[in-house]
Amino acid sequence: MKQSSVVDLLLLLLAIALLATPAFSDLVLSKVERRIDVTSQIARVTKTLKVVNSGSESVSEFILTFPKFLGNNLAYLSVAHSEGKGKSKRTLVNLSVREADSKGIPDSISVYSVTLPKSLSKGDTLTLEVVAAFTNVLQPFPEKITQGEIHLVMLQESAQYLSPYAVESQSLSIKLPNARIESYTKLENTKLQGSELKYGPYKNLQSYSYSPIVVHFESKAAFAVAEKLVREIEVSHWGNVQVTEHYNVVHRGAQLRGEFSRLDFQARPNPRGASAFRHLLARLPPRAHSIYYRDDIGNISTSEMQSDSKKTELLIEPRFPLFGGWKTFFTIGYGLPLSDFLFASEGKRFLNISFGSPILDLVTEKLIVQVVLPEGSKDISVATPFTVKQFQEIKYSHLDIAGRPVVVLEKNNVVPDHNQHVQVYYKFSNINLLSEPLMLISGFFFLFITCIIYTRADFSISKSSPTYLAKLQWDEVLATLQEVQSIIQKCLATHDKLEASLRDLSRTGDIQTCKAARKSTDSLLKDFSKELKPLLGFLQSSPIASHISPKVEELVAKEKELEEKLMAKHTTVVEGYEKKSSGRDIENRIASQQQKIIALRQEIEDLLEFIDEI
Amino acid sequence: MGGKSEPTKSESMATKTTNPDLLNSSFFSFKSLKLKTKQQELLLRISILGLVYILAFIARLFSVLRYESMIHEFDPYFNYRTTLFLTEKGFYEFWNWFDSESWYPLGRIIGGTLYPGLMVTAALIYWTLRFLRFFVHIREVCVLTAPFFASNTTLVAYFFGKEIWDTGAGLVAAVLIAICPGYISRSVAGSYDNEAVAIFALLLTFYLFVKAVNTGSLAWALGSAFGYFYMVSAWGGYVFIINLVPLYVLVLLITGRYSMRLYIAYNCMYILGMLLAMQIRFVGFQHVQSGEHMGAMGVFLLMQVFYFLDWVKYQLNDTKLFQTFLRITVTSAILVGGIALGVGTASGYISPWTGRFYSLLDPTYAKDHIPIIASVSEHQPTAWSSFMFDYHILLFLFPAGLYFCFKRLTDATIFIVMYGLTSLYFAGVMVRLILVATPAVCLISAIAVSATVKNLTSLLRTKQKVSQTGSTKGAGSSKASSKVTLDQSQPFQKNGAIALLVGVFYLLSRYAIHCTWVTSEAYSSPSIVLAARGAHGNRIIFDDYREAYYWLRQNTPTDAKIMSWWDYGYQITAMGNRTVIVDNNTWNNTHIATVGRAMSSYEDEAYDIMRSLDVNYVLVVFGGVTGYSSDDINKFLWMVRIGGGVFPVIKEPDYLVNGEFRVDKGASPKMLNCLMYKLCYYRFGELTTEYGKPPGYDRARGVEIGNKDIKLEHLEEAYTTSNWIVRIYRVKPPTNRL
Repeated sequence: MKQSSVVDLLLLLLAIALLATPAFSDLVLSKVERRIDVTSQIARVTKTLKVVNSGSESVSEFILTFPKFLGNNLAYLSVAHSEGKGKSKRTLVNLSVREADSKGIPDSISVYSVTLPKSLSKGDTLTLEVVAAFTNVLQPFPEKITQGEIHLVMLQESAQYLSPYAVESQSLSIKLPNARIESYTKLENTKLQGSELKYGPYKNLQSYSYSPIVVHFESKAAFAVAEKLVREIEVSHWGNVQVTEHYNVVHRGAQLRGEFSRLDFQARPNPRGASAFRHLLARLPPRAHSIYYRDDIGNISTSEMQSDSKKTELLIEPRFPLFGGWKTFFTIGYGLPLSDFLFASEGKRFLNISFGSPILDLVTEKLIVQVVLPEGSKDISVATPFTVKQFQEIKYSHLDIAGRPVVVLEKNNVVPDHNQHVQVYYKFSNINLLSEPLMLISGFFFLFITCIIYTRADFSISKSSPTYLAKLQWDEVLATLQEVQSIIQKCLATHDKLEASLRDLSRTGDIQTCKAARKSTDSLLKDFSKELKPLLGFLQSSPIASHISPKVEELVAKEKELEEKLMAKHTTVVEGYEKKSSGRDIENRIASQQQKIIALRQEIEDLLEFIDEI
Repeated sequence: MGGKSEPTKSESMATKTTNPDLLNSSFFSFKSLKLKTKQQELLLRISILGLVYILAFIARLFSVLRYESMIHEFDPYFNYRTTLFLTEKGFYEFWNWFDSESWYPLGRIIGGTLYPGLMVTAALIYWTLRFLRFFVHIREVCVLTAPFFASNTTLVAYFFGKEIWDTGAGLVAAVLIAICPGYISRSVAGSYDNEAVAIFALLLTFYLFVKAVNTGSLAWALGSAFGYFYMVSAWGGYVFIINLVPLYVLVLLITGRYSMRLYIAYNCMYILGMLLAMQIRFVGFQHVQSGEHMGAMGVFLLMQVFYFLDWVKYQLNDTKLFQTFLRITVTSAILVGGIALGVGTASGYISPWTGRFYSLLDPTYAKDHIPIIASVSEHQPTAWSSFMFDYHILLFLFPAGLYFCFKRLTDATIFIVMYGLTSLYFAGVMVRLILVATPAVCLISAIAVSATVKNLTSLLRTKQKVSQTGSTKGAGSSKASSKVTLDQSQPFQKNGAIALLVGVFYLLSRYAIHCTWVTSEAYSSPSIVLAARGAHGNRIIFDDYREAYYWLRQNTPTDAKIMSWWDYGYQITAMGNRTVIVDNNTWNNTHIATVGRAMSSYEDEAYDIMRSLDVNYVLVVFGGVTGYSSDDINKFLWMVRIGGGVFPVIKEPDYLVNGEFRVDKGASPKMLNCLMYKLCYYRFGELTTEYGKPPGYDRARGVEIGNKDIKLEHLEEAYTTSNWIVRIYRVKPPTNRL
């Protein structure tokens, strides 16, 4: 890695030396200020360029150049120009930037072309603000360290601004982390103030000026790189956006050489494990809920969460500390309230959600965002602030038939600067919401229907087999038994009526009603006994009911007996009243009958119970 | 119909009682809904069964709530890995799978050396759910397979109980088995092991066989053959069935209970079951070739002789002639059988009994001859306390149930008695076989409970009925009611019955409380994640195993070979996704002995062994920091024994001092310098584990270690987990020769 970058550098120098072509156009950079921030693993370059058109033709394009070894690692580039005069009124307007073909520019230089908001005529000036983020430009050196050694990295840059235009005045400041600085290239006008290294100002430099510098310093930053990150964002119109993120994280700093000693790591973590990182901090949207953190083999219990109304912070601790070259894989997932992210516009709905990873200072080499829309979504389109690779897929989830449309967005080399919102537009009608509950309901409905049909229908194959016939007969016997039972119950009820009439008699003394009741019960009971006869006959004739019929007969006989006794009692009581004898007298007279009636009734109930249990 | 007559009755009662209070009206509405007794009973039965089904499932979810939805222990990880393979690659790939990730460099033919029942079941559930559009993860299916089958077992237990006694006993059996700790211990959510489905299959086979014997129906016998096939596909414990059933048949023959029903049931079940079982590659021709299965075949032949004799007896009609014929036939049959067995064994066609089988019959056999079986804690003889722990009141109810069974001796009760007694013997031999005895114990206890409660309640009910009728009519005549009370001849009988019933319910509720407590406290730990109580009562989780396995998975070359003691083999392959030298399958004793030898040798000798096995990493489990007692040092003597069993260079006395195993200063020099000791205690001497104790104080054994200055020559520490439970060492490549 390092070897190749040194070769790159030499090639670049050679190319620049050979390059004798004059300036690209007549633009001149009157002032260039460059600030490089290397406190994290990402080298973030901010440049303020003051452009003057000194030529005669108006210019509408501005060329930005980087040495190739930087340009290859360029993750993010945005150019803005400030409008308005005076500090307070300045607003930044983003300009479109595209990679240009390097015509007439050596191969070792990456070229980007910026379209100016309006063409710059002679003598006009324009101030451009360029923000660029580079990954992998902080090279660990040495490449392998032991657990106790500190983590040193190396930055290569040019003290002078590499540009196809002539530069009148320029300066460079490098913000280093607050730690040890091993060495740096000393040129004229080099100053080290605290942790800030300054080069310049340098005046009146030719186009393509280049003077390499190397800064070698200690970095305590976490060199956490997600080799691959898959973010799945699933929209449910029941009120939830479920985000699931799969991380393949690796420590891209200097690799660990030799032993890992837990004792040293535990006892003296700072000097003996400074190059490792234990935590990652994810800043989730507010109101994130049902957060989980797991990997292939289960839940990881080491994580902490803090939340307030502005944000939800999740401190993730992988299963083991990550030393240089160590890898891990984990998944985090959380739910978000739908109302915070889904909006409607012009008959369409759109999901407005952040593109990148919520983990701070994480570089993602390959980011795949899958937005899973509800089943039945149509007219899907995506708006992104930068170019990404897009395509659509189908995903099957619970109770899906046609599958859910998935919008896949892919981008390589993503830095936190890409954490901007993307919008996914689609059409979805609320009727579709009901389809899944309806499916469940109909599923259960058909299950019950089949159960009912199964229990009611006759599935026997051979209709003439003896067992089948026996079963039929038995069913018939059972049905008859039930009828007998019901009739007996009716008889008993009639008996109760009779008793009730007697009680009424004792209260009111109305003999006539009592007699009427007697008559009606008499006729009723006669009807019942008529109904019973054929049933009894059937039971007697049926061979299969041979062990039951005696019991049934006994039941009927007992019932008859009870009936007679009751009638006798009734007659006695009515007679007693007719003779106007005292209540006590009547009671005395029927006492013996009463006992028999109770005993009979008990027997009948026992028999009924017995028949019931068949 | 009955419902119709009731309201008229109660209406009349309402008119009778002139004070229509609230209670009465509610009574009325209840009565109008009243079903027939039979329907009521059915409704009650079904709802009880439904509740028991759910109860059996949710009682097993403690582990998911306490920890997470994860696979437990050791073997389940292998099962999970194979299930994953099956669902990803399909059945044919699975059937022909040669696994090069274990038993390096030998490899293992997975398809031919496992019981595929569990995996296929889980995969089928998974595919069915997917077909029904429920896209669940296979892990969830695997985790919940055991509770699901436990629920199904309760249903089978109900039907079995119904078959051998009555519906009441069936219901009680279902409830008892649903929460019996002996069964829960092997079927909590996450314990994705063969036993999870095997107990279901076992009970199903037995039930269907008893049903077949009771009815003499071919269909039930066929069902039991399929149940047997499922059992064979699921668990090696099928040997129990194929020996118990013939034994049972033999007992029936001897006791003169031979019948055509038995003939049909056994023949159909044996022949079909045998043919089906041969389809499982791991079992293959064992049914006709191995000594363990010969009993079944002998009984089968005996059945034919019996049938033949029966026929001859029918034909001859002459008792004297028949007696001589009987004598000749029986002697010749036994002679022929004996000769065939002798020739078969001598020629090697019939393999002798395996060590495992011997160790079941003779508890001391494994200790003397097969250290690898004796080394497993679940193969130890059972202590009384674990019987009490796993059975609780069932231990007392079991003899009572036996009494009831003997009182009402039928073919079915004879079966359950035999099942109970034999399995209880095996449960005494090996702790893990408590599981096999559990269904029998539950069923027999259920008979005791059900019969007792039924007797008591019938006693109560007859009394109540009289007094009830007395009270209804008693409103009319006070004389009648006084007479009824006089009728009670034995006043203490009723009170005694009530007291006994209360006692029974007290015992049963204690049982339920005990089961819940045992399940939540003892049997729901995944044993991968260890939990302890901190000083302030807070829960501390030691997730070191997964930390180490995940480190292996992520940060070692994909072709790295890991050497560890065999206990961790399955977990390393499943979670670490790396090749291991030995694992829990233990099919090759020599290979395990080689690892044991390496662990118990000096470092340079061990290095040669490790080089010859291509080992890249060595993993040891060490509990000295946390006080975790089942670590490699405590298992070390078994490594020495197993290693010494194959390589006589390793001698157990070298590691002991006066027959005592110690790790402190008094330990033997060989112990202090063997590889295992060095790897466990490397740099441990510098660590202070407990306040007020010298550095290098081993908390698991409570001593200060004897060798604090450990230097490693050929290995280096690659990773140690945060609580030091797992330590991984890298084997350095050989230094250049000069």
